[in-house]
Amino acid sequence: MGPLERLGRFSAAKFGEFGVRMAFIGETLCETLATVFHPRRFRLGDCALAFERASFDGLPVTVGVGFLLGVILAFQCAAALEMFAVEVYVADMLAIALFRELGPIITAIILAGRTGSAFAAEIGTMKVNEELDALTTMGLPPVRFLVLPRVMAAILAMPILTVLAELAGLVGGAIVLSAMRVPTEVYWAHVEKISTAGMISFGLAKSMFFGLLVGLIGCSAGLRTKSTADGVGSAATAAVVGSIVAIASWDGIIAVVLYVWGMMGI
Amino acid sequence: MERSDAIITLSHVNAGYPGAVILRDVSFDIMRGEIFILLGGSGCGKSTILKHMIGLNPVLSGRLAIDGLEWGPKTRAQLTRRIGVMYQSGALFGSMTCLENVMLPLEEFSKLKRRERVERGMGLLKSVELGDAADKMPSEISGGMRKRVAIARAMALDPEVVFLDEPSAGLDPVTSYALDELILRLRAERGMTFVVVTHELPSIFKIADRAAMFDKARGGMVALGSPKALKAGSDDPFVRSFFNRGEVHG
Ligand SMILES: Nc1ncnc2c1ncn2[C@@H]1O[C@H](COP(=O)(O)OP(=O)(O)O)[C@@H](O)[C@H]1O
Ligand SMILES: [Mg+2]
Repeated sequence: MGPLERLGRFSAAKFGEFGVRMAFIGETLCETLATVFHPRRFRLGDCALAFERASFDGLPVTVGVGFLLGVILAFQCAAALEMFAVEVYVADMLAIALFRELGPIITAIILAGRTGSAFAAEIGTMKVNEELDALTTMGLPPVRFLVLPRVMAAILAMPILTVLAELAGLVGGAIVLSAMRVPTEVYWAHVEKISTAGMISFGLAKSMFFGLLVGLIGCSAGLRTKSTADGVGSAATAAVVGSIVAIASWDGIIAVVLYVWGMMGI
Repeated sequence: MERSDAIITLSHVNAGYPGAVILRDVSFDIMRGEIFILLGGSGCGKSTILKHMIGLNPVLSGRLAIDGLEWGPKTRAQLTRRIGVMYQSGALFGSMTCLENVMLPLEEFSKLKRRERVERGMGLLKSVELGDAADKMPSEISGGMRKRVAIARAMALDPEVVFLDEPSAGLDPVTSYALDELILRLRAERGMTFVVVTHELPSIFKIADRAAMFDKARGGMVALGSPKALKAGSDDPFVRSFFNRGEVHG
């Protein structure tokens, strides 16, 4: 195979894959619209179950990582700020970093690892067992039946997990600073002063968007599972890797767009 | 069998997947109320042709129609309601009990109240002799039971045609015999058409009105007719060897 032919085959395959993804997004949009007009068709039970698994079951690890992140960041920054005897500004730094960026990102990455991979594995197993075919021939589109409830669950779970991770991070910072003899009241006063409603809700909106990405990418990886021995495993891996890349890229895009629009202030 | 009209027609169908033709130029009719068997070695394309018939994959070329309707965006909803499918693996939904599996089509497509749906679902499970497995999860019952639940689910909306992909594969002879009895009884009770993929010679002679046989090496259909006629009169060595010894090479 010559290099040109290889390039041709490669781009044809990539275009094909792109088409499949676009078709998935399109179908999901159509089914979402259809569900808006026929809300009774929404699989509320499945959504509740997926939500419970994504949020409550993921709580310990999310809160734990958030807390440790707060502790680590507080230590690092306190070391620098100590030179100017302004350790208390760690509170401002932590609040801004957590609410705007780290809270949503860390939570989304944990969600990708726990929930995105689970979505891909569940749907992938169903595909290998011909359950997706069974749904289709029963006239129940897998996208409506399996994807919508899961994506909705991921979108709803994200803000809850994010808020808790952020609070845990701030508590971690408070503990570090109190060990450095910064009074806790002063710490929380700084946090309260620097945090604006706009900043917090911007972070939460972003976290819901990340939830959408994780849900869509996880489910689409599951639907594309191949019926080979390692098919389900590869689907789960694809879900996690794809989600993390998408989260990082979209976070960058959002930051740039806001910068260009001059909206860094919120 | 007395004169009856065709419910499924294949004419000059090339079966396969985009870029891979598996079976060439396949033509046959399946009559209303018939038990029709798809036969052939493993990997010869029986499931492939079944997937064309149930509208999962479009045929590569030729015409495949159910009651005069070809699969397409406009006919899909209508045709889907007229068929029931049991997959090779059963394909029960693992997160639902057996009863919920059977009730799922009723929930989505009938206007029955919950109590009536439960009644109907229980009736279906009883008709496959699994009334006592209603609240079990699919993982808690045996392979043969799972296939019977899958048959009950395929029958839920009273389809005109029921497709069964290898209902007796991996089952012991007793269970497999019971499954044949079940198919015959359901046909007698409800007059449905059955399209069945199977290798079991005893089961073929017991239930089949006609069979179509495929050969992987030749990539097409090699025989069509009643099992008795095929056993007695086929001049194809491949077909003769199968019906006389029950072996398929390929
Ligand atoms: N999705 C697919 N894409 C391409 N080829 C396939 C696909 N699924 C099955 N095949 C091939 O089609 C042939 C027939 O498969 P199948 O119809 O499943 O056989 P069987 O008669 O045992 O049911 C096999 O050679 C298989 O490798
Ligand atoms: Mg098969």
